[in-house]
Amino acid sequence: MNNIIPTEETHPLTWRLRNDRETVWIEEYCKKNGYFSLKKALKTMCPEDVVHLIKESGLKGRGGAGFSTGLKWSLMSKDNSSKIRYLLCNADEMEPGTYKDRFLMENIPHQLIEGMLLSAFALNVSRGYIFLRGEYIKAEYILKKSIQEAINFGFIGSNILNSGFNFELFLHTGAGRYICGEETALINSLEGRRANPRAKPPFPAVFGLWGKPTCVNNVETLSNVPSIVLHGVNWYKKLSKSTDTTGTKLMGFSGKVNNPGVWELPFGTTAREILEDYARGMKSGLFLKSWQPGGAGTDFLIEKHLDLPMDFTSIAKAGSRLGTAIAMAVDNKTNMISLVCNIEKFFSRESCGLCTPCREGLPWIVKILESLEKKEGHKNDVKNLERLCLDLSPGKTFCAHAPGAVEPLQSAIKYFRLEFEAGISIKKLKKCSNILGIQSNEFTSKV
Amino acid sequence: MKEISTTFTLTTFEINEIEKQKKYYENSRSVSIEALKIVQKKRGWVCDQAIIEIANILNLNPSEVESVATFYSQIYRQPVGRNVIRYCDSVVCYLTGYEKIKKFLEDYLFIKIGNTTVDGRFTLLPVCCLGNCDKAPTIMINEDLYSHLNPDLIPNLLELYK
Ligand code: SF4
Ligand code: FES
Repeated sequence: MNNIIPTEETHPLTWRLRNDRETVWIEEYCKKNGYFSLKKALKTMCPEDVVHLIKESGLKGRGGAGFSTGLKWSLMSKDNSSKIRYLLCNADEMEPGTYKDRFLMENIPHQLIEGMLLSAFALNVSRGYIFLRGEYIKAEYILKKSIQEAINFGFIGSNILNSGFNFELFLHTGAGRYICGEETALINSLEGRRANPRAKPPFPAVFGLWGKPTCVNNVETLSNVPSIVLHGVNWYKKLSKSTDTTGTKLMGFSGKVNNPGVWELPFGTTAREILEDYARGMKSGLFLKSWQPGGAGTDFLIEKHLDLPMDFTSIAKAGSRLGTAIAMAVDNKTNMISLVCNIEKFFSRESCGLCTPCREGLPWIVKILESLEKKEGHKNDVKNLERLCLDLSPGKTFCAHAPGAVEPLQSAIKYFRLEFEAGISIKKLKKCSNILGIQSNEFTSKV
Repeated sequence: MKEISTTFTLTTFEINEIEKQKKYYENSRSVSIEALKIVQKKRGWVCDQAIIEIANILNLNPSEVESVATFYSQIYRQPVGRNVIRYCDSVVCYLTGYEKIKKFLEDYLFIKIGNTTVDGRFTLLPVCCLGNCDKAPTIMINEDLYSHLNPDLIPNLLELYK
């Protein structure tokens, strides 16, 4: 299964990878048909053609939300009187358990740059930024060098390939904080502000960076664009095994598996195939207890869901989200309360603090989980956790951080309720009494 | 490590580096994060006077620069050791045993998270998923990333950082 040789037709994102896993620099990239798509687009297409093509291809955003890229592009203000507009590449990869954008940037940086050039051409953008997280030191070095290479080869600059198209590309590195990955927070951060998300509307497509129309796309999304432009929509659609999503996806499994990693696979590949054939199953002596399909902010699933095709609809139907499609396996020796507690501590620490349910609710969740972990939970703790999951659900907070934070919690309770209930202290229940007319929670709930 | 605020000034190099950044953005406010990183690079952290001077260069109010400096986790407003150890405490590193690494580091260096050793050699901090989960657990020392870590490897590793 695993010895398939990647080709341009079957593995558009990764066929150029070197066996020694060194970076593919510009000469090698060009030898492997690199910048062919850019040449094709600048010579034979107009910007609208490219937008149309991407829309038809069914490409969906690879940052986690899975929104149609073509649709996002077509929302960009058409008003050409405002000449300035921006393209931002979201390279602030910080979702726990996700290591795909880093892989693309470190191995095939020019594929991303070419994708940005094509997207900029399509959107009439002449300036782009890559917002890279500050801790990605190696990727920073590689992207800087690659941008310079592309400038030297005349792919970035003015009047690119004599087409009249101009594009300049800057690398911006961040200074920490997960919330910068939220696209409006990312814009605030780029403007030198605190990375609090912005109210929508107005959407960035209308009022984004420095008030100008702005499109934000993920690294993997942009890396898909060159091959679609070169080989067309029909080929791209056929790549996928799934009925709902087109193309291929970087998918992976991490945790206590034999061969953790990331692989380019057609949408619709089952999670079991990835876990067993690629990640080579659980380490000896362990079996799978549960798994997250795509990052810390996705609902846990269990063994029976492994046979689901990895695509947006199938995973959503099972009550989770495909997210980044870089899955994580939880083994039978892991305590779900402790695991979820680790995840909630992360979300609590990384809350931007702007809205109350998220700022106050997440530390509360952590506190309850910590006491359940020590088997000192109160009688109503599990119910309170469920209540908090509702209070932090979509629509109740300013951005998707809080809803994402409670997804693993609500699903862990759903599948492992007994484990949570076992954290409730029996002693405490007995001690429950009236103190000067004040009733404790346990008491009221008994009545 | 100690900087007496009255005698603090940014070096010409730092000022030039900050000025250079201005041409990449539409306005000078956008340079503030990069400016903080430039100052922190050689000094390890950002003192009060640096905030004021950055604000002057960027034509901002010091409180605006401060609000940014205190928001981002990789900007340090207190002195740190010569070497900063950041261990990933996110979920895959949790599954693969970061807690043992953290415990070992705390015991070995006699410090708690967020503290600096008395000799000023190491500061210990947590960090979000370093995108290295397939090679977890992971730590970063200064700008170097280490994969598949286990406590036994740590003493020799730390010897590389004086
Ligand atoms: S939900 Fe959380 S992260 Fe999002 S704006 Fe509110 S406080 Fe900030
Ligand atoms: S969870 Fe530690 S590197 Fe991803």
